[in-house]
Amino acid sequence: MSMEVPLDRAPITERFGEAIDDLGFAHGVHSFAAPPEMIVELSRFLKEHPALRFNFLSDICGVDHYPEMPRFEAVYHLYSLPNKWRVRIKCRLGDPPRVPSVIAVWRTANWHEREAWDMYGIRFDGHPDLRRIYMWEGFEGFPQRKDFPLRGYKDKLNPFGAEGPPPTQPDLATKNIP
Amino acid sequence: MTEVTELSRPEGEALDTREVLLNLGPQHPSTHGVLRLVLELEGEYVKRVDPHIGYLHRGTEKLAESFTYTQIFPLTDRLDYLCPPSNNLAFALAVEKLLGIEAPIRAQYIRVMMAELARISGHLLITGALPLDLGAMTALLYAMREREMIMDLLEMISGARMHTSFCRVGGVREDLPDGFVPKIREFCDIFPNRIRDYERLVENNRVFLNRTQGIGVISAEDGIDLGLSGPNLRASGVDWDIRRDEPYEIYDRLDFNVITRNEGDCYARWQCRVEEMRESIRIIEQCFDQMPEGPFQIDMPTIAFPVDKDKVHCSMEALIQHFDLSAYGFKVPKGEVYSAIESPKGELGFYIISDGSEKPFRMKVRAPSFVNLQGLFVASNAQYLADMIAVLGSFDPVMGEVDK
Repeated sequence: MSMEVPLDRAPITERFGEAIDDLGFAHGVHSFAAPPEMIVELSRFLKEHPALRFNFLSDICGVDHYPEMPRFEAVYHLYSLPNKWRVRIKCRLGDPPRVPSVIAVWRTANWHEREAWDMYGIRFDGHPDLRRIYMWEGFEGFPQRKDFPLRGYKDKLNPFGAEGPPPTQPDLATKNIP
Repeated sequence: MTEVTELSRPEGEALDTREVLLNLGPQHPSTHGVLRLVLELEGEYVKRVDPHIGYLHRGTEKLAESFTYTQIFPLTDRLDYLCPPSNNLAFALAVEKLLGIEAPIRAQYIRVMMAELARISGHLLITGALPLDLGAMTALLYAMREREMIMDLLEMISGARMHTSFCRVGGVREDLPDGFVPKIREFCDIFPNRIRDYERLVENNRVFLNRTQGIGVISAEDGIDLGLSGPNLRASGVDWDIRRDEPYEIYDRLDFNVITRNEGDCYARWQCRVEEMRESIRIIEQCFDQMPEGPFQIDMPTIAFPVDKDKVHCSMEALIQHFDLSAYGFKVPKGEVYSAIESPKGELGFYIISDGSEKPFRMKVRAPSFVNLQGLFVASNAQYLADMIAVLGSFDPVMGEVDK
């Protein structure tokens, strides 16, 4: 992807300084690493700064780096419609993973965050409706985690699943937490 | 029997009203698949909509982590099952970026041509299905007739009508068959007149117009905020097309218009799609005017099968190469890439994290229909229940892609 005018990083580094890491430019996307507690502030800044205007949230993606620590990651892909720039924000999360919701910045974050919760169990604090989106209510575990077997766990409906009970994490796992 | 009149009601007591929850789907022809909408109604007005998805969830992303890169192509076919060549293209481009390679020019033309054929076939379905949802059946029958011609063309190229899986990393599977060019030229000659026919079927149809114009309006700000893309966003007046703004493959050599409408209603979304089919025909014609002769696949033994397949039977090296690629796949350097294309439904992005092995560590699909469906939250606000059908149809969600 060609970019006519490269992204001007000056406002970002000026505002946040050492708090976020610049991971450089690769394959048409500029990457930054940010700590989870800064994600809302950074998002709002990127969206509202007159020279940046990242008004379009393309995607939020959960990643499980098991057995690496910290284990989880939330990856945000932003696009600036006026400037045609793409930016990626990477946010490493511990276990259990928690990160503030960016739904107040972009409404489209709603379903992306629900999906990351459903598949990886990433809690988005401040999300008004954090329910499972693909799996059914009452499903146990988070299927896209690396320690979840590809065929699921064996039960009455799934005779070809892996042996062993699903991992229960009573503090967070299965309930639909509002 | 006592007669109920205005006078018989006790003094001062209001009519007892309450909200009704209505379940629309998952088996309902107008949901275009298996989508369940829980609607909160006040009288005949929709107050709130809660889409329940996941009935078609196959875990494409999880499956992809255990497949080699070549094996993932058939999985991508089944995302937006109305236009598989676009999905193949999006995935191939993402992997090629990680590998730092580019397909030969001829292959790029073939891919673009197929993606545009797919765009027409996807748009044709909704061109006919939206009037069908609103009671005008004729348009769908004619649209299907033309869609059949595209299916035949895709079958000629790849042998499959729906799930073509024709792209490969570094090119396409085969060259175009003999006798293909006259066939597609014939299609390009016929089709623009047929588009006019569809328009004539509905543009003077007062029922269709009354039920789509001014219904389900989304403003440009709302559209961007909700992450809509593709024709759904362009119908709200946002002039954004990835084909033009971040040109991939050979789109920068082609001349086409980006269709926008300002109304943001169901009719505008429908019109955008019809107009886009005209542009796609122009793109296909240009592809054939410009397409050079040359290889259809990159000449890189570590990534692509031997170009001359007969060699596999008489050359040891070619046999080993073929076996190696089939059995183990190829390694992709460590790194991550997000690559987006303009699929018929909008921004189709693949985010791939590679750990240096033959299989992706993580593959995330940014499915346009999944995000577009969130437009319902705004578009369904204070609409009549009957208009929900038009609103839903006008977003053109494909459940294969919504549920992944």
